Amino acid sequence: MNNYPKELHYTKEHEWIRVDGTDGVVGITSFAIEQLGDVVHLELPKVGSKFKAGESFGTIESTKTVSDLYMPAAGTVTEVNTSLTQAPEDIAQDPHGKNWLIKVSLEGTPGNLMTSDQYMKYIAEEANH
Amino acid sequence: MDFLKKSTGHAVVLEEPPSFENSRPGAVGTDLPSLDVPRIDPQKIYKKTRSKKARLPELSEPEVMRHFTRMSTWNYAIDLGIYPLGSCTMKYNPRLNEEIARSGELSEAHPYDPIAWSQGHLRVMWELTEDLKGVTGMPGVSLQPAAGAHGELTGLMLVAAYHKAKGRQRKTILTADTAHGTNPASAALAGFQIVQIATGEDGVIHPEALAAVLNDDIAALMTTNPNTLGIFEKNIQTIADMLHERDALLYIDGANLNAVLGLSRPGDFGADVIQFNLHKTFSTPHGGGGPGSGPIAVSERLVPFLPIPRLEKKGEQIVLVDDTPQSIGRVKAFYGNYGMFIRAWCYIRALGGEGLRAVSENAILNANYMRSQLKDVLNLPINAPTLHEVVFNDRNQRETNLDTTKIAKRLIDYGMHPMTVHFPLCVKSAIMIEPTETESRSEMDRFVNAVKEILSTPNVEQAPTRVFRERVDETKAARELRLTYRFKD
Repeated sequence: MNNYPKELHYTKEHEWIRVDGTDGVVGITSFAIEQLGDVVHLELPKVGSKFKAGESFGTIESTKTVSDLYMPAAGTVTEVNTSLTQAPEDIAQDPHGKNWLIKVSLEGTPGNLMTSDQYMKYIAEEANH
Repeated sequence: MDFLKKSTGHAVVLEEPPSFENSRPGAVGTDLPSLDVPRIDPQKIYKKTRSKKARLPELSEPEVMRHFTRMSTWNYAIDLGIYPLGSCTMKYNPRLNEEIARSGELSEAHPYDPIAWSQGHLRVMWELTEDLKGVTGMPGVSLQPAAGAHGELTGLMLVAAYHKAKGRQRKTILTADTAHGTNPASAALAGFQIVQIATGEDGVIHPEALAAVLNDDIAALMTTNPNTLGIFEKNIQTIADMLHERDALLYIDGANLNAVLGLSRPGDFGADVIQFNLHKTFSTPHGGGGPGSGPIAVSERLVPFLPIPRLEKKGEQIVLVDDTPQSIGRVKAFYGNYGMFIRAWCYIRALGGEGLRAVSENAILNANYMRSQLKDVLNLPINAPTLHEVVFNDRNQRETNLDTTKIAKRLIDYGMHPMTVHFPLCVKSAIMIEPTETESRSEMDRFVNAVKEILSTPNVEQAPTRVFRERVDETKAARELRLTYRFKD
């Protein structure tokens, strides 16, 4: 049912990153959104903020819970998807494409990430818990 | 559907618009005497006055009375039935406490009354202080904090003061993923950074997990015991020893103290600070019925830093002292929310030591009764001994169209407040039930019957449908919350 694009890399915290040279686009996966339910608020960092890999860069709030968003790789924020902060409920449509969260200028090569096959295996196990 | 029809009925409920819409110009609820002094134009006296008159609703006394009474019939309260919100301890508050706290002799005390005239009030505070020391086995108590979360903040300020007095600044507080949500929030407010420890498969903190993150920047570990899974932290003594070896402190969130009264004392396993949520354990008003009260108890290490003023006994007199140079100072105007002290004092005095122990024993017995009645229909993700609350999830319902949210919404149709859902976060789709010691077996059976009937009739898409206000759009409510009236013209 869900499609996890092969060109993306995934974290255990359910973020994805699309790497193009030193540029990265970061979002969260459709699995994460299914788990969260209806999203009501999204808090994203300012352009120019710098984060280490694994550091929290924002929060996403649904009617069930508030979760941190974690950086898949170290970098500096170059762009924020402001249309999404205006209407966070839209994230449920096309979360792996036009509803990305932030764009970053990467520092070094991202490591410790999952391929789409590995990620699908990982969430199948998660769902069984 | 049999139980639904047997246990609830349909009733006419009156609709009621916002009072602004019932307003009639000139209607009043009070008769003021005619003006017998010269009329003054406020604009001539005050620099800033409203440019337009406030459009307040104008209603007669019976209209005001009916407005609020009609709305009160839409409400649900502990006085109507079970309120099994896990982690919140919504128990029934004895009316005796209210009766005594509202008596003129106690309620009309003024904080500026001379100490010599206030000995009776100070005695209540003194005795409550001593009782809280007895309950926790800890040598110092402050009654000042105005609520549980304020107690947490005060406790963390003491932790910071302790490390500062030793000439160092420690920046990190460890919390467990089974701690109350306020724990990391309070630590952040007190200026600490937070590192979370994951609990083991048995639902408790393991010494190895602590060892992996313990270093000389750790100011304290902050956790709730019993934790939010309703499980006692069996490694707590080892954890306290490990922390103390590094001169780090152990903060115990006392929100779940109602599970261990007379059974376990935090002071005995090495706690350095604990806050009491008087409303949870000692039956003072809860939520909107407040004010709250969040006294703290501390170990010998933290006594010098307790807030001022402190109670002391000089001969027969109880006095207030503030000459403790290392104190963090005042955290509240005057002495705390005194009305709550009276209620807690009444509760403790009425029950006595054995009675308090029976409170906890019954809270545990009731939670285990719920567990035994529901464990065949709901999944129990962590199979450890249950204390005052039990956490299930919706795993058994995966093949049906039911889930945690739908079960909770449908319970409203049965005339019951739902349990806590989606908390604690370490359990996916948690269903957290805390009946408390004040529910009878028949009231718990009412809840169990409702849950069982809901699980066997899984067509509850739009629930609740039998209440005055049906399913609300939670997303819209969270995003477009309107708390003020908007005039149409």
